[in-house]
Amino acid sequence: MPKIKVKRKDTWIDMTPMSDVMVLLLTFFMLTSTFLKPEPVTVATPLSVSEIKIPEKNVMSVLISPTGQVFLDIDNPNDRIAALEKMASAYNIQLTDKEKYEFSIATSFGFPMQSFKQFMALPEEKRNEELPKLGIPKDSTDNQFKGWVLAAREVKGKDMVIAIKADSETPYTSIKSVMGSLQDLKENRYNLITSLREVETTPAATAAK
Amino acid sequence: MQVDSGGSGKKGERKKMDTRVDFTPMVDMIMLLLTFFMLATTLSKPQTMEIALPSKEKGDEKNQTLAKASEAVTLYLGADNKVYYFMGEPDLTTPNFLKSTTYAADGLRALILNKNRKAVTQVNELKDKKLRLQITQEQYDKELSKIKVQDGTPTVIIKPLDNSNYDNLVSALDEMLITSVGKYAITEVDENDKKMLTNSGVDFAVKK
Repeated sequence: MPKIKVKRKDTWIDMTPMSDVMVLLLTFFMLTSTFLKPEPVTVATPLSVSEIKIPEKNVMSVLISPTGQVFLDIDNPNDRIAALEKMASAYNIQLTDKEKYEFSIATSFGFPMQSFKQFMALPEEKRNEELPKLGIPKDSTDNQFKGWVLAAREVKGKDMVIAIKADSETPYTSIKSVMGSLQDLKENRYNLITSLREVETTPAATAAK
Repeated sequence: MQVDSGGSGKKGERKKMDTRVDFTPMVDMIMLLLTFFMLATTLSKPQTMEIALPSKEKGDEKNQTLAKASEAVTLYLGADNKVYYFMGEPDLTTPNFLKSTTYAADGLRALILNKNRKAVTQVNELKDKKLRLQITQEQYDKELSKIKVQDGTPTVIIKPLDNSNYDNLVSALDEMLITSVGKYAITEVDENDKKMLTNSGVDFAVKK
């Protein structure tokens, strides 16, 4: 009678299907995720209980720093170029292809049109350093902010959403001047970007129940 | 492919090459990346608050529904996170006419909830119904907007002073959302407001 051989168990688990699925998921998430673009100034948005999400496309975001500087961002690179062309022709600036391309891939922008050439001539790192010191002029004598909004609205059509992102500490006067400029252009609907705050049920709310 | 991984082969037999590759470290890495992307995508989407301001055109002024004085609440958003308010008709002569409160839950929220009790009760009932799936989202939205603007709900006029900040404005708008106020407006401070603020000793100038 032969000895009963105890078969050695193979503890090796085949990981291939698992890694297959994971790679698939990973690819999905990598492709669908959109990364936040770096902004010239860091803003801490105020909290709110609103749960409406910002639309992904056709957004023009207005960034207002705590000191009141205004920066703009237009989401589609082609639209950015088109808006820039409109502004450049208004200020008699000849654009080169290199400037257009670099402007389209850059992050939020904010500089007086008069110094556009000098600004774009700087190397990229230098530009990122300089940008937080600038901002779009919005005083009544030379309201370039209005010009940009008009250009963006023309390029993007009536479905464009204006998102205002400002720091908690931004004084109301800066917000007022931005909103005032927008109202002058009959732009009366905005999205205010906020961070989520948990809504707590107050004793008053339950009492009212 | 069946391959014996142990070294238990008979003497003299040619050792088979082990073609298996250990995937564990790779799976580890992918898992890590996957977690990162999953978290990054869901967290990066910012919330927004939708507001519509009245247009500046002259013709629209008539359309602006004049709030019934008994239902009006006027808020002045001041410096240092303080809110000054009055109910009903403005009074330009009485000193200290404006009362002050804060953005805390027992301040502004309690004040407006008190005014808007009827709508809040109805909204809560509606939310309850929706939770029990008795009504669809569309019906809910429709009913909600109806409740919010019905007769008897207060009209809140928000007037941010120049020395307030953005956070104050958003907090005030947030309270409107929490307390189910459908009729609210943001307007500028005018001469009458300035008189009242001075009478009540409220500072509204920008600090240099």
